[in-house]
Amino acid sequence: MLDSSADRAVGETSPVVSKRSQGLSDRAIAWLFVAPSIFLLLAVNIFPLIWTVRLSFTNFRVNRPNAEVQFVGLKNYISVLTDGDIWQTMQATAHFLIWTIVLQVLIGFALAYLINKKFRGNDLWTTVIVLPMMLSPAVVGNFWTFLYQPQIGLFNYAVGYLTGTDPSAFSMIGDVSLAPWAIVIVDTWMWTPFVMLICLAGLRSIPSSIYEAAECDRASKWRQFWTITIPMVLPFLMLAVLFRGIENFKMFDLVVQLTGGGPGSITELTSINLKREAFEKWRTGYASAYAVILFVTVFGLASIYVKALNKVKQR
Amino acid sequence: MTEFIKGLRGFRRGAWEMVASILIALGVFMLMQPFALSLYSASFIVTLVGTVMFIIVSHFPE
Repeated sequence: MLDSSADRAVGETSPVVSKRSQGLSDRAIAWLFVAPSIFLLLAVNIFPLIWTVRLSFTNFRVNRPNAEVQFVGLKNYISVLTDGDIWQTMQATAHFLIWTIVLQVLIGFALAYLINKKFRGNDLWTTVIVLPMMLSPAVVGNFWTFLYQPQIGLFNYAVGYLTGTDPSAFSMIGDVSLAPWAIVIVDTWMWTPFVMLICLAGLRSIPSSIYEAAECDRASKWRQFWTITIPMVLPFLMLAVLFRGIENFKMFDLVVQLTGGGPGSITELTSINLKREAFEKWRTGYASAYAVILFVTVFGLASIYVKALNKVKQR
Repeated sequence: MTEFIKGLRGFRRGAWEMVASILIALGVFMLMQPFALSLYSASFIVTLVGTVMFIIVSHFPE
């Protein structure tokens, strides 16, 4: 019955269609499926990149579309690389990047280590810890401005309660020396769960037989931690650092909501500064050169990082 | 050390990737350090040379 239906279907297929489907090679079919993705990638990623590089050598300003565009050579690059204000934003970004990664890795790993132990309410605590990561950065930025309020803020109250200082004596987002730490605290609060989840995946991938063998060899817990746990979680940790590093290098929304780059420009990270140059001062060519410099930096860092990650995985 | 120099002379990937990585790391440090504006000014060219070198040498034989 089935055979006769199949034969009938083959017989009913128009010879033109049949010939056409036979005419396409596997390679052509593969290209047919891949082509839309490649086209989108070229249109959305590669073309803007090439266009940005081109613009970086011109004096183009997007708010003056009719003005003559002149080739200015390396002038934009020289201006960016001799600008003391941009140098300042690079340092602010470095401070933010280094401290958020250090704190998130330490706290995230510690939390993952604790959550990995079996205890009552384990799943509930995992969900509670992961909650901040699910919130919108704009919302987080907004409600932390309330938490940081000197008069009514819970953060100031808690610090005052623990240290005995007057809660209204300091302002986390208004003080030049505290504001860089204010954004580090919020980003750490929000993204530590992400690092924790990656570390947890690493910890759960370690076979228990390795620990059992170490127990048989009378290895202490401390030694097991340094010779089994850390080396086996290291690739996961490095992956977390890569993700958080790239994300924090281009951090924008959270900091804009929280401090707006202030007080002054002490928390103005590169992405905020770049946006100001491109869409407030409308120096498109200059901002393009700035963006190319940042792109090359992130690309270079990611290259050596991926190489290091592969080496650790091969071990 | 001799292995490293041999690798450089023989255009081996490992040694050259190491040089490129050092250049990139140095460039990033120069970009973000708070000590001298002149180092900041020279940072991009160092990072760019390192990155382009990394792309090229990653096609060298092991």
